Amino acid sequence: MAIEVNGKSYEVDEEGYLANLNEWEPAIAEVMAKEDDCELTDSHWEVINFLREYYEEYQIAPAVRVLTKAIGKKLGPDKGNSKYLYELFPYGPAKQACKYAGLPKPTGCV
Amino acid sequence: MSDVKKFMYVNRKAPYGTIYAWESLEVVLIGAAFEQDVALAFVDDGVYQIVKGQDTSELGIKNFSPTYSALGDYDINKIYVEKESLEARGLTVDDLLHLTWEDENEDWAEKDSIQVVSSEELKKILDESDVLLNF
Repeated sequence: MAIEVNGKSYEVDEEGYLANLNEWEPAIAEVMAKEDDCELTDSHWEVINFLREYYEEYQIAPAVRVLTKAIGKKLGPDKGNSKYLYELFPYGPAKQACKYAGLPKPTGCV
Repeated sequence: MSDVKKFMYVNRKAPYGTIYAWESLEVVLIGAAFEQDVALAFVDDGVYQIVKGQDTSELGIKNFSPTYSALGDYDINKIYVEKESLEARGLTVDDLLHLTWEDENEDWAEKDSIQVVSSEELKKILDESDVLLNF
């Protein structure tokens, strides 16, 4: 499977996750979000960028509980809660945001 | 009330060359989502898994040692390293990754996760665990 972004084709797995995370660019996130009828705002980008930094440091995509806690610590309690994150990413904050961020599906996510 | 069990993951093998170390780490991270009481022990060549400054570029394998530093985020803060295994390999705690966790109840104070214990002490700790998983 592949996804078409600005005339370039990127390989994705059967669930739509980018095959090679080094190929990621912001336009890929925009296209993936559009397919889900989701308009990316600054709030979305805050989480997507956070996940990319987390992966860079620890080489894993965090579980949703860990993501929520870490966001709370970095961006404040009004953002570090599941209600806020699920409003941004209704398909599951870890799952959906990781996909847009070009990361693999979080470890332990089924 | 859910009954919380004490899980102990015992890591005995060098990090690369077999899949055990990475598999163990993945199971630990998955298991942590179920809010059990999780502890890790590193013995024998397993102590090499948490040695700092790992470089796998010549091996063509992903260096997953940075992931151990995420254990604190998963509320895993009981990491036991057997003293005799370190000594037999000429290693000290200073050769290991500095693994920490942050105590939410003490304004996120950073605390050490690694405890170096003697083989005798480790035996007791293993005896007190409800579930032992060997990797």
